[in-house]
Formats: sequence, C-alpha cells, structure tokens
Amino acid sequence: MQVMPINYYIFLSVALFTIGIVGVLTRRNAIIIFMCIELMLNAVNVLLVAFSKMHHLNAFAADQLTTVGTEAQLFVFFIMVVAAAEVTVGLAIIVMLYRNIHSVDINFLNRLKH
Amino acid sequence: MNKFVFLIPLLPLLGFLINGLGRNYLGKSLVSIIGSGVLLASFALSVAAFNWVNAPGFKPEVIFYFDFIHTGGLRIPISFLIDQLSVLFLLIITGVGSLIHIYSAAYMHEEAAPHFARYFAYLNLFVFSMLLLVMGANFVVMFVGWEGVGLCSYLLIGYWFGNNEYNKAAKKAFVMNRIGDLGFLLAIFWMIGQFGSISYMEVFAKAPTASVAVITGITMLLFVGAMGKSAQIPLYTWLPDAMAGPTPVSALIHAATMVTAGIYMIARSNVLYTLAPASQDLVAIIGSATALFAATIALKQNDIKKVLAYSTVSQLGLMFLALGVGAYTSGVFHVMTHAFFKALLFLGAGSVIHAMHHEQDILKMGGLKSKLPITHLTFLIGCLAIVGIPPFAGFFSKDEILIAALQKNPVYYVLAVATSLMTTFYMFRLYFLTFGGNFRGTDHQWSHLHESPFAMTFPLIALAVLSVVGGWIGIPTLFMEDAHRLSNFLQPVIAPPSEVHHLEHSVEWMLLGAVLTLVLVAILLAARRYGKNFKVENTETGLSKLLANKWYVDELYDAIVVRPLDALGAFLGRVIDNRVVDGVVNGVGKAVQFGGRQLRLLQSGQVGSYVLLMVASLIAFLILQLFWKP
Repeated sequence: MQVMPINYYIFLSVALFTIGIVGVLTRRNAIIIFMCIELMLNAVNVLLVAFSKMHHLNAFAADQLTTVGTEAQLFVFFIMVVAAAEVTVGLAIIVMLYRNIHSVDINFLNRLKH
Repeated sequence: MNKFVFLIPLLPLLGFLINGLGRNYLGKSLVSIIGSGVLLASFALSVAAFNWVNAPGFKPEVIFYFDFIHTGGLRIPISFLIDQLSVLFLLIITGVGSLIHIYSAAYMHEEAAPHFARYFAYLNLFVFSMLLLVMGANFVVMFVGWEGVGLCSYLLIGYWFGNNEYNKAAKKAFVMNRIGDLGFLLAIFWMIGQFGSISYMEVFAKAPTASVAVITGITMLLFVGAMGKSAQIPLYTWLPDAMAGPTPVSALIHAATMVTAGIYMIARSNVLYTLAPASQDLVAIIGSATALFAATIALKQNDIKKVLAYSTVSQLGLMFLALGVGAYTSGVFHVMTHAFFKALLFLGAGSVIHAMHHEQDILKMGGLKSKLPITHLTFLIGCLAIVGIPPFAGFFSKDEILIAALQKNPVYYVLAVATSLMTTFYMFRLYFLTFGGNFRGTDHQWSHLHESPFAMTFPLIALAVLSVVGGWIGIPTLFMEDAHRLSNFLQPVIAPPSEVHHLEHSVEWMLLGAVLTLVLVAILLAARRYGKNFKVENTETGLSKLLANKWYVDELYDAIVVRPLDALGAFLGRVIDNRVVDGVVNGVGKAVQFGGRQLRLLQSGQVGSYVLLMVASLIAFLILQLFWKP
C-alpha cells in the first residue's frame, strides 16, 4: 500500500494556516476574519490527524492490536465541537454588532480603547 | 561578701527606677530620702567590701553573673572585678556621691516635685553607671558604664531644658564625648581581634606576647577615649560649658567622679601602658599641656563655676601627667584627694550661688566672709588643699606627681610647677574676689544673703575634713618611712615603676621648700591684687583679653570644625539631597509617567493592529526560541 508522505499534509496545513493569518490581518469584514480563524483551526486539525495516522501506521506494523496514535484522531472531534460552539458565540456577537452599528467592518470597532 | 557585691550598683538603679517612674506621685522629701538612702546603703556596702579587700590574704576576685554576648569564640560576660583599685573608686563614688545627694536635696528644693524626682533619678542612674564602670571585670562592662555616665552627664547638663543655651552645652558635651568613645570602642575591637578576649585578666596576661606597635595602637585609642571623658586637649571644651547643669551635678559628675573615669581606665590598664612607652609619653605630654593651658584660662574667668571647671581640667591634666610618667598610684591618689577638695569647692560655690540667688559672676560678689561663715571656712580649706599647702590633702598627692615628673623629665616638672603656681593664683583670686574685700552686688542681694541650711553645710564640713585628712594615707617616704599606705594598698594591682633613681632627700626638701615658697608668694600676690582694694576694671587688653576669651579655642573649633561641617551639611542638603536624591526619586516617577503616556498610544482599539502585534510577537518568540542560543 502506497502511503502519501507526511510532507504533503504539512504543506497543505501550512498553506491553510498562512491563508488564515493573512486573511485575519488584511480583511476588515468580521465574517471573513471569522472564516479565516476557522481556516487556521482546521489547518491544525489536518496536521493533527495526519501525524496521528503516521504514528499509528508505524506502531501497527509492529503490533496489530495497538491503539497508539489514535488519540489525536479523537481529539480532533473535540476541537470541532469546541469550534462549532465558538462559531455560534462568534456569529451571535457579529449579529449583535450588526444590529447596533449596521456594519461588520472591524475598523469601526475601536471601543476597546475605552 | 562577694554575694552582696551586686547590690552596690543595683541599689542606685532601684533608686533610679523608683524615682523615675514615680516622679509624678512621690513627694519631694520621699524622693530625696530614697535617692540619698540608696546611695548611703551602697556606701555602707562599699565600706564592707573595702574591709573585705583590705583583710590580709585577699586575692582579687572576679564575680561572674551571666553572659552578655556569647558568639563563636568570643565570650563577653557581665562580671565584676573586686580588687584594691575598684574598691577605692567605689568608696570615692559612693562616699562623695552620698554627700552630694544630701546636699542636692537642699540645693534643689525650689524645683517642682516631678523635676526634683527627675533630678534624683538621673543622679542615681549616674551613680549606677559609674559603679558599673569601675566594677566591671572587662572592657565591655566598663564601656557600658562609660556610655551610661555620658548619657547621665548629658541629661543633667541639660536638666533645665527650658534654656536653649543649656541644651547646646549638653549637646556639645555629648558629641565631644562621642568622639572619644569611638576611640575606646575601636580599642575594644582591636583587643578582641588581637587577644580574643576583653577581660582584664586575660588581656593583661596576653599583652606581653603582642608586638609593641599593637599595644601602642590600642593604648593610644584608649587614651582618645580618656581624652573625651576626662576633658583633655583637644576635647576639653565641653567641660567648662557643662557648668550649665546644677552645681551639685558639676561637683559630682564634672569634678569628682565621671571625669576621672579616664584616669581609672588608664590606671586599670597600667600593664598595657607600661608596655607602650610612646603612649605613655603622649599621655604625659597631653596631660601637662592641658594642665598648663587650662590653668592659664582659669586666671581670667569671672564665673565662679567656670574657674572651677578650668581648674578641674587642669588638675585632670596633672593626673594624666602622673599616669604618663608611670606614677599610676600618684594619679589615683590625686583622683581621690581631688574628688574631696574639688567637690568641696563646687559645693561651696553652690552654697554661694544659692545665697546670691543664682548670681555666678565673682565680680559682683565680695565680702561674703561675714555672711557665710561655714561656706567661707570650708571653701578656704578647699583652696588650701588644691594649692597644696601642707598638711592639706592636695599637698601630698600633688607633691608626689611633681616628684614623679621630675624623675622622668625636668620639663614636665617645670610645666607642673608652673601649673601649680597658676592654680594657686587663680584659686586665691577666686577666694578673695568672692569672700574678701567689699560687697559689689546690689543692696537687695546683700540683705538677703544667708548661710545655707544644715543639709548643705554638713556635706561641706564632711568634705572639708576629708580635704584635710585625706592626704594622710599617702605620706611620702621623705617624711616617714613606709607610711604611704595607699601605695602599699594598691601594690597588687599597680606595679611600682621599676627602676627610678630616687632623688636625694636633701634635693627633695629643697624643691619642696622652693615650691611652697613660690605658692605662698602667689597667694600674697593674689591677695594684694584682689583683696581689699580691688576695683572692677572693664577693659581687658592684650594677653589678658586672650585669656578671658579662653584663647579663642571655642571660636577656633567653630571655625575649623563646626562651620565647615555646617557648610558641608548645607551643601549635602542643598545639592546632594535636593538635586541628586530628589532628582532620582522624581526622575523615576517622571520616567514611568512618560513611558505610560507613550505606551498608551499602542492601545488604539483597532482590532487589526492588535492582531498584527500578536502575530508579530508570536513570530518573534518563535525566532527567539529557534535561533537564540544563550
């Protein structure tokens, strides 16, 4: 069985993460920034699963019954759940924001200064 | 007996506590009974201790109480040494002290009750400290007493603290003593370093093993301490100013006991001084210089107490001369006789001041002979004793010092004789101006003149008797073989000077006769000048002006020490404190404020810039983590 080398996953993950960072830094729309954050989270998730699978395959070759390396695959689900919860809160905030100032442009949001 | 020795200093301490704490509740008569009572009890115990020591077969005894400091290899116990020297001082302190306490009860009767009790409390505390000083078996206990008497001296000079001049005098005494105390303290440290112990016995036993240079250093530092306490050049100017205190205080502290502490210290460490000839020379030179210098100043003073104060400084100088030429016994002998006649003179002066309603200027006195017969007679005895007319006490002790000085170096002898002659002149000037001639005060004062009450005349009479007979315990071999009982008594503590070539008796008789003749001439001169036909002349010129102004030493010290120090203080206050210290403190505050103002600009409220900063710093940390190797 031909296994895809780990490097590809890493490149993908770094690309996603960089897109996320650049998006957060450059965009002004709160929803897009939010999406970029999700992108970064999921870049990490990809990496987590890829490394997990790699370790598991290595251990599996020695022992068929091993569960080594499967924890991270479970862990990813937790991250997804937490991310989902976070998305609801975040979207709720953005909705409230829009109701108040009729805009989702973060440059108008400088009240943290006070 | 050794079980009761601790009571000797403890009783005055009790008196201090009772009088000090109960000053607002106790009546004046009760205070004076307690104050004098504890001293009399102490005196009785001292007499018992003296008998114990004087008994044949007595060996000096160290009585240990408890450890004061016990650290590493160093052990400093609170322990008392009872031997011939300390017992002699015990008798002087408690004996003269008791008389002065009794005298004080009458002298101070005008004071309000709390202040009266305060006075007695201080006086008792002084006696306690002084007893500690002479009874201690090591230099640290001596130092504790030494500081205690300094404190009491300060408190009592400034007793009338309402007068700012008196406070200044008290401060001056304290600060000058401090300079000396530093020397003493350094000597103690050096002894600890050198011998690992400060007990007399051990230090004296180990002293010959140390090099002469070390012993010389230690003894010179000890002498610096003695200079301060015993008012020697250059630290003597506090003593005349100390006359601001009540007269009995001057008699007790600044004539009879405290100022002789320096003599006691050197006599106690005679083993060390004998090993250090250079220090002995220094002591002798300073002593003779002080004796002469103070005597010249006393010639022209018009304050009755100032004359006596300078006379005290001069007599202390003579004692140091005796110590310096190795005649320790003579020095101690003169301490004793001086305690009698100088206390007598001061108390007599107090009686005069009391009668004159606090007038101290002798130019405004005169003719008091008829009104104050007892004071007059006892004062005359005191004068005769101090100038050294046989058979009064001063004659024997002073003669001994003169002879000892001559054996060492004729220059000392000449200086000492000159001092004696001046002493004679100024003492009889004082006597004739006060008691002889016509009264120069107001009629009001004359009509109120009265002899002092019995409580004041009794100590005068007792001290007058002592001033007559006190010298008879030290009759020189010139008159009678082996009659110097004091010398025999002190033999175990003070080794006699090893090889002195004794003078021929004929020479001694001749010198004695010559000195006595000169003294009589000086008395006659004083009588002619200040007796019947004395007129007050207001203009002082030339040398007499210099003397009347005390050689301008106070002004000199003021110019070379006090004012530069003041200027330095002002400079430090103005520049270092105001600019540098305040600058640093204010600068820190300003820097923080400024930094805060600048950093505030970072908080723009722009979420984008926050995120940018966050990312930038994360990257910075990452780079730091990866590439920075400490």
